[in-house]
Amino acid sequence: MTLTELANPTRFLTLAGRMLPWLAGATALLLTVGLVQAMLAPDDYQQGATVKIMFIHVPNAWLSMFVWGVMSVASLGTLVWRHPLADVAAKTAAPIGAAFTFLALLTGSLWGRPMWGTYWEWDARLTSMLILFLMYLGLIALWRAVEDPSRAARAAAVLTLVGAINLPIIKFSVDWWNTLHQPASVIRMGGSTLDKSFLIPLLVMAIGFSLLFLTLHVAAMRNEILRRRVRTLQMLQASRAEAA
Amino acid sequence: MFGRYAEFIVSSYAATAIVVLLLIGWVVLDHRRQKARLRDLEARGATRRSGRSATDLS
Repeated sequence: MTLTELANPTRFLTLAGRMLPWLAGATALLLTVGLVQAMLAPDDYQQGATVKIMFIHVPNAWLSMFVWGVMSVASLGTLVWRHPLADVAAKTAAPIGAAFTFLALLTGSLWGRPMWGTYWEWDARLTSMLILFLMYLGLIALWRAVEDPSRAARAAAVLTLVGAINLPIIKFSVDWWNTLHQPASVIRMGGSTLDKSFLIPLLVMAIGFSLLFLTLHVAAMRNEILRRRVRTLQMLQASRAEAA
Repeated sequence: MFGRYAEFIVSSYAATAIVVLLLIGWVVLDHRRQKARLRDLEARGATRRSGRSATDLS
């Protein structure tokens, strides 16, 4: 199947219907395995049992940035190629990305209280993540404010691409500034510094959350295509009634 | 089970579970709503330009 064929909304609906049960099953399986591994992981010599928060905090933090990356690629599809599914993909990813960002902030805060002695610190990593969350909310508001989906798509695409500047700032904030947040310990030059007993559950949870995103995104895209079909049919009906 | 950090760990996992369930609920309920709207439009005689059923997902 070529990308052009997949770009057809009707074709996408068929494929989504076939894929979703498998995606949901794989997500449930991986998250269950990841949760069991996370619960069985030993306490860290410094963090104690709070290391268990990392197994959900880190995947959510990764996905908060990854989803914005997906939206940026989709925005290019909207602005450059006017891909029929690009703005559907961008629009439906935003609430999911906002939820992951919210969870990254919340679980980070709940980890920070016992480890740093504070729920919040205005350091570069935390502040740039908060900005990302606010940008997600801004995009959702923009999509809701503009009634015509194609006009909303172009405005949202520009905002998304401008907002992508924040991604390297989040990633490298711990290197560029003196922050309370620890530097990268998994994806870094020279390999991970994590012991296997932490790294394996973390990677399983990260793959599980990534599959969760994919499942929710495909389902939300299907819903958005149906919503647009409803809108088109309502407009067709109105124009027919007017002509009659 | 988690010692003196239990409240922070349990709160983190509970919040994550709630948000994930809300996301799942959002997509499931939205799907039902859109299909119901399409069925309603079809019942009122609305047809797609292709002539296929409004509720035809393939």
